[in-house]
Formats: sequence, structure tokens, C-alpha cells
Amino acid sequence: MREITLSQAVNEAIAEEMRRDPSVFLLGEDVAEAGTPFKVLSGLVEEFGTGRVLDTPISEPGFVGMAVGAAMTGARPIVDLMFGDFIYLVMDQLCNQAAKQHYMSGGKLTVPMVLRTNMGATRRSAAQHSQSLQALVAHIPGLKVAMPSSAYEAKGLMKTAIRDNNPVVIFEDKLMYQDKAPVPEEEYLIPFGEAKVKRDGRDITLIGTSSMVQVAEKAAEMLAKEGIEAEVIDPRTIVPLDETTLLESVKKTSRAIVIDEGHQSYGVTAEIASRLNEKAFYHLDAPVLRMGAMDVPVPFSPALEDLTVPTPQGVVENARRLCAGEMIHAA
Amino acid sequence: MAQAKTNTEDYLRMYRQMVRIRTFEDNANQLYLSAKMPGLTHMYSGEEAVAVGICEALTDDDRITSTHRGHGHCVAKGAEFKEMFCELLGKAEGYCRGKGGSMHIADQSHGNLGANAIVGGSMGIATGSALRAKLLGQDDVTVCFFGDGATAQGLWYEVMNMAALWSLPVIYACENNGYSEYTKTEEIAAGSITARAEAFGIEAHQVDGQDVLAVNELTQKLVARARKGEGPFFIELMTYRYHGHHVGDINREYYRSKDEEKDWKENRDPIIRFRAHLVSEGIASEEEIEAINAEVEKDASAAVAYAEAAAYPPADEVDMHIYAD
Repeated sequence: MREITLSQAVNEAIAEEMRRDPSVFLLGEDVAEAGTPFKVLSGLVEEFGTGRVLDTPISEPGFVGMAVGAAMTGARPIVDLMFGDFIYLVMDQLCNQAAKQHYMSGGKLTVPMVLRTNMGATRRSAAQHSQSLQALVAHIPGLKVAMPSSAYEAKGLMKTAIRDNNPVVIFEDKLMYQDKAPVPEEEYLIPFGEAKVKRDGRDITLIGTSSMVQVAEKAAEMLAKEGIEAEVIDPRTIVPLDETTLLESVKKTSRAIVIDEGHQSYGVTAEIASRLNEKAFYHLDAPVLRMGAMDVPVPFSPALEDLTVPTPQGVVENARRLCAGEMIHAA
Repeated sequence: MAQAKTNTEDYLRMYRQMVRIRTFEDNANQLYLSAKMPGLTHMYSGEEAVAVGICEALTDDDRITSTHRGHGHCVAKGAEFKEMFCELLGKAEGYCRGKGGSMHIADQSHGNLGANAIVGGSMGIATGSALRAKLLGQDDVTVCFFGDGATAQGLWYEVMNMAALWSLPVIYACENNGYSEYTKTEEIAAGSITARAEAFGIEAHQVDGQDVLAVNELTQKLVARARKGEGPFFIELMTYRYHGHHVGDINREYYRSKDEEKDWKENRDPIIRFRAHLVSEGIASEEEIEAINAEVEKDASAAVAYAEAAAYPPADEVDMHIYAD
């Protein structure tokens, strides 16, 4: 199978859906000729024109709000938010407006829009261009949240998001744009709420989101050399969350670590760990561990920044201790 | 008064719609004061000529976005009393199945995209609706209602900029009732409000918001031009709210005098003015006017009684409509 980058996968997904459905359009800062700073959207304006690929002013609340209105009245906008950190600027439009329209109207209004943005530290971009803020939006009923872990997921999830009748936020890890993965030429979609078991194992379950799937996979390889067989699961969407697959795995392995690049406190890892504790408590041999980013603003200095995110080595160490029974009373 | 709608039927419908708004609000106020209505609500009384003058220039395909003070827009855009009172009382037969209430009432069937409880919160939605019309080659126009208080929100300047850049069919209708909640507008707004729209190259108008014909005449012209791609436009409608910021804002002399309220009610009331015009021009007799008033009153009483007796939504609807299929 051919291999393409995550960036190309996103581009293909959007182009295919724009060809399929004339109500799909793109808007955001520097999405047309520039194709975004990461060049993810390059070439789309040439095919679809400036009528459907709209460069906006630097007015995040304004253009996200306009996407909400366009979606409520029959279009399917894809909004490009250049950095995930800018979500703070659009919280009212996303959380008070987009997320609530369907419910507040008793099901009469719908907001079929996609907000694609990014996440991920270690790009030396410091505290306002490095955050992973998926927990903020996952907290809000009415929003769906997808976190692709490779080019394959990025394409299939994006196509599903565009066809979904709800506001969907997609977080792409900006360090993965050039990562290649096998992606079929033929069309496919990835349904929301279906986790993927990336590696089978019997001793411990490693649940990772986005780039943390790679971290978990690397950790699993290292653990295998020590005789610990880790199962790796990618939820793919955190809202909706495929609890069934996660619980089945944890009931089998009796141990789990949840890894996500958002801040650990009140985060995605906390939510998933809590659900596993509530629903698989009597199957567990150890507390479910959370591994998120440190609860610090992301520092600029490489020497400091690298300390803030989960690493394969860190996962290995925690997994080893869980499997050895060291953390039963002191997590 | 200015001349706009041209036949008797149109005039009488405009009169009736203004009376319907006033009557709706009088009933809603009573429901609140008698503790039959949960929550809080904001009365549109006094501003009827704005909503009616504008909405009578629109079709069902044209969209509006409304505000926390939104009952008038909802009625003017074609909503029915029964579903509106049901919504205000949180009943299942309300426009939003009781999930929105006064501050979120929406009526998709007539193009009302909904009231919004965030001041200025629907400015993006309205402009996005206009963007959709342009992108999909549809000829509807969107009117974005908001108050003078909302002109202090940054969102307005962001979306006006894009609306002007892309010539979007949106009309920003600022209902300047002189008060930003409990504060005089002159204390929160520097310079001129129309000049703010003009700074983006947007054609701006100021109109007497108590003169329904003047509002309607201007809006008809602007809607026709917006349909042809000449938008966006801005209208500042000088008006007055008879009640406080919300129904519980009773003792308000610390920010507004009773004499001022009396002056607007007695000398500039949009319904009294239009009624006098209809009679003096021989469009309707006093008897016909009284008959309309009585009929509206009867409709409202029946709708209130219906809503009071109507069922609340069943418990299983609490987690319904979070996501669309």
C-alpha cells in the first residue's frame, strides 16, 4: 500500500469531501495560497477557488462564529484554527454557540461544522503555541472530539467529521504532519466511537491518544523485551469514547496506563482512568495510572520542554512498576 | 409618518403584529410576576416598530438572529403564541421543547435562528448565514438584531470587517434603546455608533425606531439591495425599552427617571402613533382597531391558558438532542 504523510492525508480527505459535496468549504487564516503554515492545505485553493477556500483576517472568534452560522443554515464549513492554543479565543463561539444550538432548539437546529486544529509540544514554540487542549472541548456536551494517531486515522476521521451533523473538533499533532503511514487509495471512513487495538497483549493496557499512541507502541516494544506484553489501544475519538473496547482490554490485562499530551490534572487521562476504575474495578490488580503533560505552562528551553511530556521510557517505568505490584498502595 | 407598505392589508398586519408583541409581553410579564414562569426574561415592549418594520420586509427564507430581548423578533418573524408561551413555561410543545426558554427561543420554520443569551453572541452566526447564502448562490438576506450594549463586543468588528470585505447580504440592526443593561449608552459608547460601521465602508443609517413605516421603508430598500449583492448594511434604530433590563428590574430610578419613561410612553409610543396614522389616513376605523386589539388579547389569553395546562417534557428528553444523528 502507498504511504503518505499525515498532512497529505488531511488534504486528500478535505479535497475528496469538497468534490463530493458543494456545501463543504474551508475558512481560516492563510488557508488559501499559503495552505497554512504547515502547508497542510496546499493546492486546495487551486482546485476549488477562493470562493470555497477563504482566507480570513486574524479574527478567530469572528470566523468561527461565521462557521457556526453557515453550518446552521445549510453549509458544511471546515474551520482552520492555526494553533490549538487559539481555542481560548473562540470558546464562546465553540462552547456557547456551536455546542448548544441543537439542544437549545429542541433538536431543530444543527451545526455540521469541523474545527480542525492542532496540539503537541516539543516544537520549541513555548507556552502559547504548544498546548494540547482537547480536554477543554471534550468537557462540553454537544462537541465531538477526534484525535488521529497517524495518516490513516487522519484521513478517515476527517471524512467522517465532515459528514457528521455536529460540531467536531479535530486535533492533529503538529509534529506528525510529515509522518508517513499506509493509506489506501480507495475511499474509506473511520466511524466515531470505535477504538482500535494497535497491539495485542495480556499484561497491561496502554491507552494513548494522538501521538501518544506512538509513545505507547514504542513502550510496548521495550516492555516486550522484558517479557511484559502490553496491549495498545487508540480510542481515535475521545468524544464519543469507545468504552467497550477499553473495558474489554482492561478486564483482560487487569492493569492500565492512560497517556495523553494534555495537562494531567482534570484531563483526558483522568476521565478515562476514572471510567475504567468505575466499571472495571473488580478486574483491576493495580490503580489505573494517568500520564499527561506536566501541570506547567510549556517552557521554551528544550532542556525543560522535553521534561513535560510523556515518553516511552516513562511509560515503560510505570508499566514495569504496575506489573511488579509496586504501585498497589501508592500511585 | 413615513410611507412604506402600500396596501391596507399590509398596514393592518403591521399594526396587528405590533399589538401582538405588546400583548405577548404583557402576558409574559404577568406570568413572571405571578411566579408562574421560571427563570428570567427581558421585555421588548416599546421597541415593537423595530422588529415589525424590519421583519415585514423579509420573507420566511430570510434569516434573523435575535437577542436575550427576543420575543418581539420571534413574533414579528411569524411565530405563534401557543408555541411561544409553551417555550417560556418550559413545556414540551414549546418551539424548543422547553429546552431553550425565553432567552434561546428559535423558530426555524420562519427563519428565526434564535435568541442568544450572550450579548452580541449571534453576530458571527448572522454573518455566517449571509456567507452561506453567498457561497451557495442563495438570495436570502440575514438580519442581525442586537442592542446598543452589544456594540461594545469585539466580535462585531471582526464580522463587520469580513462582511464588508466579502459583500455579504447581512443587515446589522442595532436597537439603541438608550441603555446597556443598567447603564446609559452614552456612558459605554464613545463616538458615534454609525461611524463604527462606516469605518469598514459599510453604508450606515439611523432611523426613528418608533416609526414602523420609516423602519419598514428603509429596510425594504436595504434588503432589496442586499439581495443584489450590495450589502452589508447597518441600521441604528433609536428606540426605548419600557421595562427594566429584565422583568425583575423594577426599581430603576437610580439609572433612569420615571419622567423619561413617561415621555416615551405617552409621546413616542410606536403603537399609539401608528394607530393614529391608520385612523387619520382612513385606513382603519377606531372600531376596527379595537376589534384587532380584542382579538389579539383573546388569542394571547387562550395561548397562556393552553401553555399553563400543557405538559412538561418527559424526563427521558433530558439527554435527547445533545447530538444530531
